[in-house]
Amino acid sequence: MYEKMKARVNWPITILLFIGLLTIAFPLYMAIVIAFKQPSEMTTSISGILSLPELWSLSNFAQAMEVTDFWRSLGNSLLVTVATVLLSIVLHSLMGFAVGRNKAHSRFYNFVYLFIVSGMFVPFAILMMPLAKQTAEMHLANWAGVILLYVVFYMPMNLLLYTGYLVNIPIALEEAARVDGASTWRTFWKIIFPIMKPMHATVAVITALAVWNDVMTPLVIMAGSGQNTLPLAQLTFQTQFGTNYNLAFASYLLALIPIIIFYVICQKQIINGVVNGAVK
Amino acid sequence: MKKVNDSKRTYMLITIPILALFVCFNTVPLIRGVIYSFTNFKGFGDYDWVGLRNYMDLFTDPRIGNSYLFTIKLAIVATIVTNVISLILALGLNSKIKGKTFLRAAYFVPNVLGALVVGYIFQYIFTYILPELGKMIGSETLSTSMLSSTSLAWIAIVVVCAWQNIAMNTIIYISGLQTVPEDVYEAGDLDGATGWKKFRYLTFPLIIPFFTINMVLCVKNFLMVFDQIMAMTQGGPAQSTESISHLIYQNGMEGGSFGYQSANAVVFFIVIVVISVAQMSISSKKEEQL
Repeated sequence: MYEKMKARVNWPITILLFIGLLTIAFPLYMAIVIAFKQPSEMTTSISGILSLPELWSLSNFAQAMEVTDFWRSLGNSLLVTVATVLLSIVLHSLMGFAVGRNKAHSRFYNFVYLFIVSGMFVPFAILMMPLAKQTAEMHLANWAGVILLYVVFYMPMNLLLYTGYLVNIPIALEEAARVDGASTWRTFWKIIFPIMKPMHATVAVITALAVWNDVMTPLVIMAGSGQNTLPLAQLTFQTQFGTNYNLAFASYLLALIPIIIFYVICQKQIINGVVNGAVK
Repeated sequence: MKKVNDSKRTYMLITIPILALFVCFNTVPLIRGVIYSFTNFKGFGDYDWVGLRNYMDLFTDPRIGNSYLFTIKLAIVATIVTNVISLILALGLNSKIKGKTFLRAAYFVPNVLGALVVGYIFQYIFTYILPELGKMIGSETLSTSMLSSTSLAWIAIVVVCAWQNIAMNTIIYISGLQTVPEDVYEAGDLDGATGWKKFRYLTFPLIIPFFTINMVLCVKNFLMVFDQIMAMTQGGPAQSTESISHLIYQNGMEGGSFGYQSANAVVFFIVIVVISVAQMSISSKKEEQL
């Protein structure tokens, strides 16, 4: 019975789904084609818009890299993303441990838990103006400030995830370690932190995607610092050279390539991470 | 006894600094935002207390009213569009098809791309390609750019928002559909349930928790929409696509009405909390009934 059901492929749906993929592929196709064309090849007729470039030249990309200072922007984006992910994993799992193990019997920890988790409802719009002032006063209107802010912004979500996961880890494990004379601190690093590995993956994926693509925080915080992240570079580029579409699209593609490579390599982890984060 | 004290101290030593960090960059700016909302602060220089005047002005300001109308309209329409399409896609991707892994991965791609760059690509499509297509098929309305029409620009924003969010919602629906055990369908087959009926009475009730997640995610995302607006219309034409976040950024950060937009942000915050709490209590009631 099972064999028979498995063998029967639903072809109409398969075909429809492949046709539907065009809606995903078309915008990306346009971006690629335009990025390779020269301004002289840009016509207004449909066939002209859709046609492939006459010459697959990388000159647009070279020029876009220079104008947007691509390598520095890429470096900043990588630095901010990696630092935020590492700090989030360490600090948020520690916090999840401390709060999760105590909130059932301590009103203080229960309050801390609810206080931080309810931070999820605070829209960035209400924080951005005071934060722009505050980071400037604290000399944090730079990438270091942006990293700190991200660690704070994603704390509610990640705390929820870590405390949720901790429920499934039996306390007996810690008690056994304690009987053996290990301190709570040591127990966390030797036992709890490694067991939390699946949740670290989820947290890393969600945080990394959100940080990598975020525009608003760097725009508000480091706009005056002369530093760019990759998305922020596109924004400044657009206001300066928005009319040269070939150059602009080369630059957009450059901004998309790193995340697409990352997705192709770890798509399974990414999809699992995103689903876990949302469902829990 | 010493052991217990040791662990208590460790927990405290972990909690206090991290809590302090959170308070410093979340609670304090939130309180400062509320305080600024009672002043005529421009973002620099001196300022005076103006009491509730900012809040009174908010309710008579047509620009504020428009931005709320636009944002809520966008959130409702985009949420419906996104959820209907994702549910259909998820049902398709969960059926017995060829190339399942590839298709699922491909349909998820929009979710990993940055909203700003996606917005720029769609801006080009709406400005240059769609009007050409409109001329070709002889459609009056489509032959000019949707983005320059005050009555149509919001639809373009809906399309972009849906295009990206469908990816995420589909994946969540698929994971929901996978929790539906095979024997539920077999029992349904015995009762003669088919097609729509099977979906309406068997599948859908079982994936309501996932439906709830998607609704909450969508509404929250769309109410806070910013990148797509920044990329596609900058709030135009004639402020017809000015989202609340964009207005606060534009006027508060760059336009010098820091105090006034703080009041707007406080109201926006309250709206978000009310909607989120309402959504959650409605859906938890629904789940109980089942």
